[in-house]
Amino acid sequence: MLGNITMGQYYPVDSPVHRLDPRTKLILTIAFIVGVFLVHSLWGYALVFGFVYMTARVARLPFRMLLKGLKPLRIILVMTFLLNLFFTAGDDVLVSFWIIRITREALRQAVFYSLRLLFLVIGTSVLTLTTSPVALSDALEILMGPLKKIHFPAHELAMMMTIALRFIPTLLDETDKIMKAQMARGADFESGNLLSRAKAMVPLLVPLFVSAFRRAGDLAMAMESRCYHGGEGRTRFRVLKFGKHDALAAGIMVVFLAVIVLIP
Amino acid sequence: MSIEVRHLSHVYGEGSAIRTVALEDISFTVREGEFVGIVGHTGSGKSTLVQHLNGLLKPTSGQVLVDGEDLNGEKVNRRALRQRIGLVFQYPEYQLFEETVAKDIAFGPKNQKLEAAEIDRRVRKAMESVRLDYDTYAEKSPFELSGGQMRRAAIAGVLAMEPEVLILDEPTAGLDPRGQDRILSMLEDLREKEHKTILMVSHSMEDMARLADRLLVISGGKLAADGSPREIFSDPALMTSVGLDVPEAAKLCMALRAAGYDLPEDLYKPEELRERILAIWKEGAAC
Repeated sequence: MLGNITMGQYYPVDSPVHRLDPRTKLILTIAFIVGVFLVHSLWGYALVFGFVYMTARVARLPFRMLLKGLKPLRIILVMTFLLNLFFTAGDDVLVSFWIIRITREALRQAVFYSLRLLFLVIGTSVLTLTTSPVALSDALEILMGPLKKIHFPAHELAMMMTIALRFIPTLLDETDKIMKAQMARGADFESGNLLSRAKAMVPLLVPLFVSAFRRAGDLAMAMESRCYHGGEGRTRFRVLKFGKHDALAAGIMVVFLAVIVLIP
Repeated sequence: MSIEVRHLSHVYGEGSAIRTVALEDISFTVREGEFVGIVGHTGSGKSTLVQHLNGLLKPTSGQVLVDGEDLNGEKVNRRALRQRIGLVFQYPEYQLFEETVAKDIAFGPKNQKLEAAEIDRRVRKAMESVRLDYDTYAEKSPFELSGGQMRRAAIAGVLAMEPEVLILDEPTAGLDPRGQDRILSMLEDLREKEHKTILMVSHSMEDMARLADRLLVISGGKLAADGSPREIFSDPALMTSVGLDVPEAAKLCMALRAAGYDLPEDLYKPEELRERILAIWKEGAAC
């Protein structure tokens, strides 16, 4: 029943992009986003598309996986396009009827803004598809490390993220199980009006909360019994290391950005 | 009420990278009044199998027939059917949610839209079946009970629907020996006094030796064997091949036979074996 909800979209295959240091991927994704904002011509977007397409090929991601990430954004994309199309001021009128005026500037802006949004989402999808959530939160912790100086709880934040991510599948399984168990007792989650549906959730939510608290307690106990005391002086099992691949990836990104800036 | 499973297969995540075949071409029939044990190694597909028997999971291919009718047919009221085929999940105590034990047990009958008096009668009866004293426990919060009591309260929640067939997934897992014994003797009573059809999943061969009339051995999603406990426990090669053990009594019996004692090869109940050993010992003492 909950099988079609995939949390975290990590696509587990082995590829040069998957093997990159998560910090590299995070920084390069930010660089890519900046790059997308620097593009001011259709040729530039063609180049961006080519770049994303090649990255996806190297990462062995099926292209439809990237497009799937766009699905929840389709309304925003269409709205962005339409709003810019109808409400951008300009002189060079292309179409005009009733109260609608479409100018060349508006069309240009609508197309560019939509493309920009599109590539932002696709670019970040490449990051989340090729980086496991745990690696990503590790990278975040290290990159936020300098903020510890101003008492920003970088480690705690990353730990919370890791734990939350770790428990999503567990709690989903649990929900599925409790739902089935209550259905076996004749519970009905699928019909009735809003109120009766909300009421029907009680037999699901109470056991789920009880079990979440129980698990949290167990986990806290297990962490404490292994002397967990926060981030200070804590070493890592998997130490992140920059390698040749990371340098190569950074180099490619620099060339990409340079070309984008140089394209008129 | 009979349940017939025909060429049942179930595949998780069809068409994706994580496609796994959980069950493959399983066929068997459970007759009315039978006590069927389903045994298999962890991950063999036992739990997936029992969830098909009351329509919580849909087979990828094959059929489940209840009294000759396809459970997944279009006109079948699966909700009503689930109340005739009661399923007790693994660790059922984690599904308790009401303020009091009595209210929790009444959840099933209430969903059946029964009258208050009938619900009350069923709650009392179910509590009696699982040996929870009504006056002591009915008004307690289920979260105040001990682990074993919670388990029994949860089972009472299914019994209160008065299903014709009762399916239990590992009902004794994680309980102390006394708690386990309570559940098993409760099941014995249900079979003897109420003639319920019972299916029990377990990997305790001792439990199976005590209760089952018939065993289904599942291995790697396939039905590896289907027969009486006597047939199955006298074939240790089969049990080893599917990663299971034979009951202690059967092991002892085999060891004694290997040591030259005159014992039949198909003893698996502790009481039977005791009788035989005592008989041999008395003979020995006589001469």
